Amino acid sequence: MSKITMTVNGKAASGDVEGRTLLSSFLREDLFLTGTHIGCDTSQCGACVVHVNGVAVKSCTMLAAEADGAEISTIEGQAAPDGTLNTIQQAFQDHHGLQCGFCTPGMVMSAAALLKENPKPTEAEVRHYLEGNICRCTGYHNIVKAILAASGQEIPAIAAE
Amino acid sequence: MYNFEFEKPGTLADAVAAMSADEAQALGGGQTLIPTLKQRLASPSVLVSLSGIGEMQGICMGDQGEMCIGGSSTHASVAAASGYRALSALAGQIGDPAVRARGTIGGSLANNDPSACYPAAALASGATIKTNAREIAADDYFEGMFATALDEGEIITEVRFPVPEIAHYEKFVQPASRFALVGVFVAKFKDGVRVAVTGASEEGVFRWSEAEAALSANFAAEALDGLTVDAEGMIGDLHGSKEYRAHLVNVITKRAVKAAA
Ligand SMILES: Cc1cc2nc3c(=O)[nH]c(=O)nc-3n(C[C@H](O)[C@H](O)[C@H](O)COP(=O)(O)OP(=O)(O)OC[C@H]3O[C@@H](n4cnc5c(N)ncnc54)[C@H](O)[C@@H]3O)c2cc1C
Ligand code: FES
Ligand code: FES
Repeated sequence: MSKITMTVNGKAASGDVEGRTLLSSFLREDLFLTGTHIGCDTSQCGACVVHVNGVAVKSCTMLAAEADGAEISTIEGQAAPDGTLNTIQQAFQDHHGLQCGFCTPGMVMSAAALLKENPKPTEAEVRHYLEGNICRCTGYHNIVKAILAASGQEIPAIAAE
Repeated sequence: MYNFEFEKPGTLADAVAAMSADEAQALGGGQTLIPTLKQRLASPSVLVSLSGIGEMQGICMGDQGEMCIGGSSTHASVAAASGYRALSALAGQIGDPAVRARGTIGGSLANNDPSACYPAAALASGATIKTNAREIAADDYFEGMFATALDEGEIITEVRFPVPEIAHYEKFVQPASRFALVGVFVAKFKDGVRVAVTGASEEGVFRWSEAEAALSANFAAEALDGLTVDAEGMIGDLHGSKEYRAHLVNVITKRAVKAAA
């Protein structure tokens, strides 16, 4: 066991972890931040995406010990303290960017990373950026629309209206 | 996952010392190793993280105009580098943004997955793989599927890529894994053309010498007309038969040449 300390959604957090403890396990099981979802065992689905020092990573594919000293943001830190959704979350709601919601935390965190890097992405850029985020429900079109809307752009006519 | 100790040395010397422990294993970005650990296909006693070693970070241009990439450089940092466009484009096509944020060039070359992208770039560019102990030419480094010339505990500290006159990596993506179903890196140097193929062969990445000869004489897609690779020895799986992959090698090489020219 070793002690790790990090900042999670602006608050200091610490705990004792084994070598094998994943960042996702630490967030979910030690800090009870269960908004970060685990959708696979193969690092492919992206439901677990969080930001580590501002960069989107799959928290299921990073050891908690590697995040010692880092700044982490998770889906729980996205809405305002009074519960008001941020622009991306609100756009997901407005454009029906979710159905079961399982992929949504990862989608929102990936979208936030994309818009920070590229504030006005094209539809193709949005789709390319989301290659590591799998959704079993929506067929992606409404997710793409939501992200384009959150970037303040006109939403083009996308297939499967 | 079996448990292990975690160490994060700050210098290469400390990492080499830590790697001498029984069953110690290096941890790069973990984008291959962590999924492997989850499946209990590896059971190291100690994981030695290479992410805190300053000497293994950074990308620069060397005296001979070659691109020198620290072994712990992430795919994202190579994608953002300037100096070798085809290589940066390749790095930008590996996996997805989250994989590129963590995965490293040293990890990819040490792993030598038969469908990985970097091995094609290293072999086609005639790169040099620098370790804590020696320098290995790419031609001597790849020894078949998941096999390399690295010794137990040896750490890739840097990879040096001579920059060709023109080059291109063409990747035919396997849509489920996003690895290469077939990927071809074509590099035209002053003294000839090198062609490396990944994803196709059961022996892992290989140089396609017939194509190299034809392209060295005439760097045009038509020069590859009629050239074939033997389907025997190609990978056949549910994503594509041996014959399909053999056919793709020619098609993708032609596309790479067209895109490079
Ligand atoms: C969803 C997904 C999609 C992917 N798509 C692609 C793709 O399209 N193309 C592609 O090429 N790859 C792809 N990958 C693999 C990815 O590129 C990995 O990052 C890479 O294969 C391993 O690098 P790593 O730094 O993560 O190494 P790790 O996973 O940490 O380690 C891999 C192996 O290398 C060893 N090692 C690590 N660093 C060093 C070093 N410096 N010296 C010596 N040994 C070392 C480790 O001990 C281990 O055996 C994908 C991975 C995922 C999860
Ligand atoms: S849970 Fe992390 S990628 Fe699927
Ligand atoms: S909304 Fe159900 S998986 Fe995406």
